[in-house]
Amino acid sequence: MKNDMINIPGISHANFRAYLIGFILSIVLTIIPFGLVYYGHGSLSEYDILVSIAIAAVIQVFVQLHYFLHLDRSSDQSWNVLALLFTLLIIAIILAGALWIMIDLHSRMM
Amino acid sequence: MTTMTTDVAANRNKHILSEHGHSDSVSNAVYGFWIYIMSDCVLFACVFATFAVMSHNYAGGPTGKDLFDLPYVFGETMLLLCSSVTYGFSVLAMNANSRKMVLTWLAITFLLGLGFIIMEVNEFHHLILAGHGPDRSGFLSAFFTLVGTHGTHVSFGLIWMLVMMYQVARKGLSVPVRSRLIRLSMFWHFLDIVWIGVFTVVYLMGVM
Repeated sequence: MKNDMINIPGISHANFRAYLIGFILSIVLTIIPFGLVYYGHGSLSEYDILVSIAIAAVIQVFVQLHYFLHLDRSSDQSWNVLALLFTLLIIAIILAGALWIMIDLHSRMM
Repeated sequence: MTTMTTDVAANRNKHILSEHGHSDSVSNAVYGFWIYIMSDCVLFACVFATFAVMSHNYAGGPTGKDLFDLPYVFGETMLLLCSSVTYGFSVLAMNANSRKMVLTWLAITFLLGLGFIIMEVNEFHHLILAGHGPDRSGFLSAFFTLVGTHGTHVSFGLIWMLVMMYQVARKGLSVPVRSRLIRLSMFWHFLDIVWIGVFTVVYLMGVM
């Protein structure tokens, strides 16, 4: 069975190094937020911790998209990335819209 | 409408890939599955939005601080993260045409995923036994909906993985089997990405 029978962008370039880098980065980006919430209450303000864990989560999402799902800016991937960007737009509308309306309603009913 | 959209995508992909002479049907299937995953993202976004709205509606019941055990959740997270990378190794074994290693890594991935689900079911079981079920408060309804939806996805991923282990063992690494293995890899990595959102928004922000 020759490998070029299936040549999916990303999959055929998948390599051990990329998975390992992604794995190590993900572990670090998991330990940091758990550690901050578990041990950080004495030294850091709640706001700082909240911002830090949000940033760690966003970075980890990009790390996994890149190293595990092999998304990048190459032309092979442009349709996948375009679909992802459109989905992010929809998600932003849903999340922001839901929170805006519900928080507004909540404050009017107080 | 759906057929039309698929056709357009198929033609686009065909155009892009014909230059490289790649296998069109598999690329189309993979792209189509990517579109499904994107729609699943939207589903999760709705459930996340619901959770965000309900996250402080405790109705006098327990809060996240009272209920969540961070080291336990950290364990779950590690199981799922490891299973994501071991699935990656099974894709590498597929590229190296090693049926035996594909099966080995799939089995390891399956066990890690199963461990995650067992831990989650155990957590739900204890919450419900203690009277903190989804009927206790709006917060807990949203919690069980969000975490449960993710867990259901993982469970279906596990069933799919069993089917693929059977197919790899039975049919070998044929083109359709490879195509399915690739799509399952996308599904599995996607579930790990959703879990990043779950442990951050539900558990970490919940205990703060």
